[in-house]
Amino acid sequence: MTLTSKTATELQALLQKGEVTAKEVTEATLQTIEQHEEKIHAFIHVAKEEATKRAEQLDQEAANTRGRLFGVPIGIKDNIVTKDMKTTCASKMLEDFVPVYNATAIDKLEAAGAINIGKLNMDEFAMGSTSETSFFGNTLNPWNTDYVPGGSSGGSAAAVAAGEVPLSLGSDTGGSVRQPAAFCGIVGMKPTYGRISRFGLTAFASSLDQIGTMSRTVEDNALLLSVIAGEDDNDSSSSAKEVPDFTAALTGDIKGLKVAVPKPYLGEGVDTEIVAAVREAISVLESLGAVCEEVELPHIQYAPTTYYVISSSEAQSNLSRFDGLRYGYHTENAENLEQAYFRTRQEGFGNEVKKRIIFGTYAMSADHHEDLYVRAQKTRTLIAQDFDAVFEKYDVVIGPTAATTAFKLGETGGDQLVHYANDVLAVPANLTGRPALSVPCGFVNELPVGMQLMGKHFDEETLYKVAHAYEQATDFHKRTPSIQEGK
Amino acid sequence: MNFETIVGLEIHVELKTDTKIMSPAPAHFGAEPNKNIHVTDIAYPGVLPTLNKKAVEFGMKASMALNCDVAPIMNFDRKHYFYPDNPKAYQISQDKRPVGANGWIEIEVDGKKKKIRIERVHLEEDAGKLTHTENGYSLVDLNRQGTPLIEIVTEADVRSPEEAYAFLEKLKAIIQYTGVSDVRMEEGSLRCDANISLRPFGQEEFGTKTELKNLNSFNFIRRGIANEVARQEKILLSGGIIQQETRRYDEATGDTVLMRIKGSANDYRFINDPDLPEVHIEQEWIDRVRKEIPELPDARKARYVSELDLPEYDAHVLTLTKEMSDFFDATVKAGADPKLASNWLMGDVSAYLNAESKELHDTPLTPENLAQLVKLITDGTISSKIAKKVFTDLVKKGGNPADIVKEKGLVQISDEGTLRTIITEILDNNEQSIEDFKNGKDRAVGFLVGQVMKATKGQANPPLVNKLLMEEIKKR
Repeated sequence: MTLTSKTATELQALLQKGEVTAKEVTEATLQTIEQHEEKIHAFIHVAKEEATKRAEQLDQEAANTRGRLFGVPIGIKDNIVTKDMKTTCASKMLEDFVPVYNATAIDKLEAAGAINIGKLNMDEFAMGSTSETSFFGNTLNPWNTDYVPGGSSGGSAAAVAAGEVPLSLGSDTGGSVRQPAAFCGIVGMKPTYGRISRFGLTAFASSLDQIGTMSRTVEDNALLLSVIAGEDDNDSSSSAKEVPDFTAALTGDIKGLKVAVPKPYLGEGVDTEIVAAVREAISVLESLGAVCEEVELPHIQYAPTTYYVISSSEAQSNLSRFDGLRYGYHTENAENLEQAYFRTRQEGFGNEVKKRIIFGTYAMSADHHEDLYVRAQKTRTLIAQDFDAVFEKYDVVIGPTAATTAFKLGETGGDQLVHYANDVLAVPANLTGRPALSVPCGFVNELPVGMQLMGKHFDEETLYKVAHAYEQATDFHKRTPSIQEGK
Repeated sequence: MNFETIVGLEIHVELKTDTKIMSPAPAHFGAEPNKNIHVTDIAYPGVLPTLNKKAVEFGMKASMALNCDVAPIMNFDRKHYFYPDNPKAYQISQDKRPVGANGWIEIEVDGKKKKIRIERVHLEEDAGKLTHTENGYSLVDLNRQGTPLIEIVTEADVRSPEEAYAFLEKLKAIIQYTGVSDVRMEEGSLRCDANISLRPFGQEEFGTKTELKNLNSFNFIRRGIANEVARQEKILLSGGIIQQETRRYDEATGDTVLMRIKGSANDYRFINDPDLPEVHIEQEWIDRVRKEIPELPDARKARYVSELDLPEYDAHVLTLTKEMSDFFDATVKAGADPKLASNWLMGDVSAYLNAESKELHDTPLTPENLAQLVKLITDGTISSKIAKKVFTDLVKKGGNPADIVKEKGLVQISDEGTLRTIITEILDNNEQSIEDFKNGKDRAVGFLVGQVMKATKGQANPPLVNKLLMEEIKKR
C-alpha cells in the first residue's frame, strides 16, 4: 500500500508517531499528482515548491505541538483565496490574481498543520456542474476519462478519487460539492450555512455558498470539518454554535434513527438504476436499525427555478466587482471608462458566467424584480417550510445525490439548465441552509453512485454517524478507480 | 401666475467613528491616498463586510435626536452602480428598513415656527474619491470608501430658500450636539443636495423637480435654491416645461448649470445584502442610547429664555453650537450674570473667534475666567471699558483676570477721597467749563468726566465720578 492511497487519518497516525515525515508524504503526493495529472487535470496549480518547503518546516516542529492535520496534504478549490498563491476561480478574469490574504479556512488548515498541495480546477466562478466551463480546460473523471467529474468542484473530487490527495476543499452553492463527490465516488459534505467561515471564499451566491469538505472516507471528512468549522469575526453569517469533534459521532449506532425518503427523490427524472441503488442503501440502513418512511415535499418542484433566480441575482451583484480597475484582467482595448468596463467583462468572463450575470440582472431589474426575485424569495420560504415539517418528525432525509451518474464529456455543453432533476435533489440543502452529505452507494456501468443525506441545522454529527455506519456496512468506499491502480 | 416653491433636502452626514462601517480600517481624514484601507475596501475576491456597531449606535442617536422612530429590525441592502470610486460596484445602504423614519425638526423663519418632516435616516457607506488629472487620467483614493454615513431625507416640506437655510442650521446644531459627527461642510462631513420644483399655488400635484448638487455652504444652498427657483419660474412663465435633470451650483456665478438629464429613474437593483444578518434593535438598546443624547438646542434655548431670562435672539445664537452653549452654561455656573456672559460671548468672544478663525477650544479662555471677568465688572472692580483691555490679554494668554487687573494696575478707583482730590484739581483748572455748565451747556460735564478719566488712565469708577463731580460743581 502506497502512502498516497492512505486516508488522512491513517497518514496522521504515521506522521504523529514519526514513522514517516511530512516531506516523504509530500514527495509521494507530488509524484502521484505528476502521474495522474496528464489524464485527469484536477489541478490548476500544483504548489510543488511551497508544499515541499512547508513540509520541511513542519518536520522541524516539536512532536507535542503538532496539529490534527499535521503533514496531511490537501488540495484547495481555486475559488478559495490563498495568500501569495494564485487564485483564479478558473477564469481568465483572475488568471494572474495573487491574493494578499488567506481565507479563514486556509488559516485554520495551516494552524492544524495541513499542507496545501495546490489549487484545484472547477467550473468558472463555480458556475456549472461539469467543470467544463473552466478557462483552463476541463477535468476528467478518474473512473473513466470519457466522463466529466461533475462540478463545480470537479477538480476537488477528481483529485481525491484519483488518490492525488486524501482531502480537498470545495464549495457548494447548489450541489457543487455533493454532485462531483457522487460522480467520483467519494464523500462530500456541504455543512450547515454558517458552519464554516465564508471569508476568503470568492462569492458566487452569498446566501447559498458554503465551503465543503471532500475525502475518501467519512472519518476523514469529519476530521477535516472539525478543523475548519467555527465562528469567524470576519464573517457575520458564521455561526457561534460550538464545534464538536465530529469524529466522536462515528459510533456506528443508528438504531431507531428516523429516516424520511421524499417521494419525488425516487420518482420521475431519476435513472432507474440510481433509484435501485438508493433503495438498496435504504434497506442497509433499515438492517442497521433505522426506520425509513416516504414523505411528500409539496413545493419541491419550484426548487430549481427558485435557485436559478436567487443564485443568478446574487451572482450578478457579487461579480460586479470584477471591473479590471484594481486587480485581475484588464482589457487592452479601451479608450474610455465605459469601454474599459464593457470590454474587460466581455473578454474576461466565459459564456456560462455571462449568461448568469445577464439573467440575474434581468431578474433584479425594476421591471421584473417582483415577478422573479421577490417571488423566488417567497418560494424559498415555502420550500424551507416543507423541510421544517419533515424534520419535525425525522432525523435525516435521504435520496440520491444526483439523478444520473457522471455525464459524458461535452454531453451537456456545460448547460446547467438541462439538469432539472439533479437540481431538485441538490439545491434544497442550499436554499434551506441545511447540511447535506454524499456518500458512495453503488456503481452503474462502472461509474459511482452517491446517496445524499440531509440533516437538521448544525446537526452534521448525525449525518456523519449515519454515513459512517452505512460505509462500514458496505464496500463501495474500498473500490478505487482504475487510474489509481495504474491501468 | 404665482408659483409655490417645493424643496426636499437630502443630507449626507459622516459619522465620526474610529473605524469604517464595514471594515476594520481607520476612518480618518488626511492620510496618504489608499493608506486607510483594508482588503474589504478594495473589494478583493472573498472579502465580507463586518458591521461596525458604533456606526449603528450613532445612526440610532441621530435618528432619535431628529425625532425619528428607530426601527426594531433593520437590514442592509446593496445599491448597484458601476463607478471607479465604488469598488464592489454596489454601495451597502439601507433601502426598505432604514435605522430611522418619520421624524421632524422645528424651524423658525420670520418669527413663524414650522415643522419640516424627515422621511428617513439611513446608514450607508461613503464612496472613494476621484481626482482628475490634467493628462486625462483619474486617480482613485479609497481612504474614504466605507466611511460611515447617514443620509437624512426630508419630505418636500421646505417652501423657501430661507426655510432650507434655517432647516440646515438647525439640523447641523442637533447632529453636532449628539456628537456623532463634526458636521463640517468644508471637510465634507456634511453634504446637501436639494430637489426643487414649482407648482401653481393651490395645485396639489408636484411639478417636475430638478436635483441641485455641489452646494458647499449654507449660503450657497440658499442662493442656489433661489436662483434655481428663478430659472424654473422663467421657463414656466414662458410656456416651457421643466426637464427632470441634475444641476450643479456654480459658486462663481451663483447660477445652476446642467450636469445630466435624468432618463427613467436609475435602476439600482436593490437587494438585501446576504452577507449582513438583519440587526435587531431591542428597546433596552434604544433606551441606553437615548440616555447618551445630551440636552438638544431647542430645549436649551427654551431653558435660557425661561430660567435665565435671556432674549430669544441670544438664546438662539448661543445654542447654534454645542461648544458655545456648553461654554455659556459653564460660565453662568461659575457665577457670571447670564446676560453679561451672553453679551461677552456673542460680542467680544465671537468677534475674536471670527477674526482669528478659531474655535473656543483653540483659545486659553475658560468659562471660569470669563465668569471672573464678568464678576469683576459687576462688583465694580473694573469698568466695562477696562474689562475689554483685560479680555484682550485673557483670550490670548489666559490666566486669572483679577491677576491681570492687579498686574497692570487696572483696578477701578472707587475711593471717594482720592477721586475728590483729583476732581477738585481738575475743576480748579477748568473754571470756564464750570461756567459753561451753569449756563446750561450739559456737554461741559462730559468734558470734565473725560478729564478725570484721562487723569486716572480710565480707571475711575464712572458712576462715582459723575456723582462726585456734580457735588463739587454745586459747591462752587
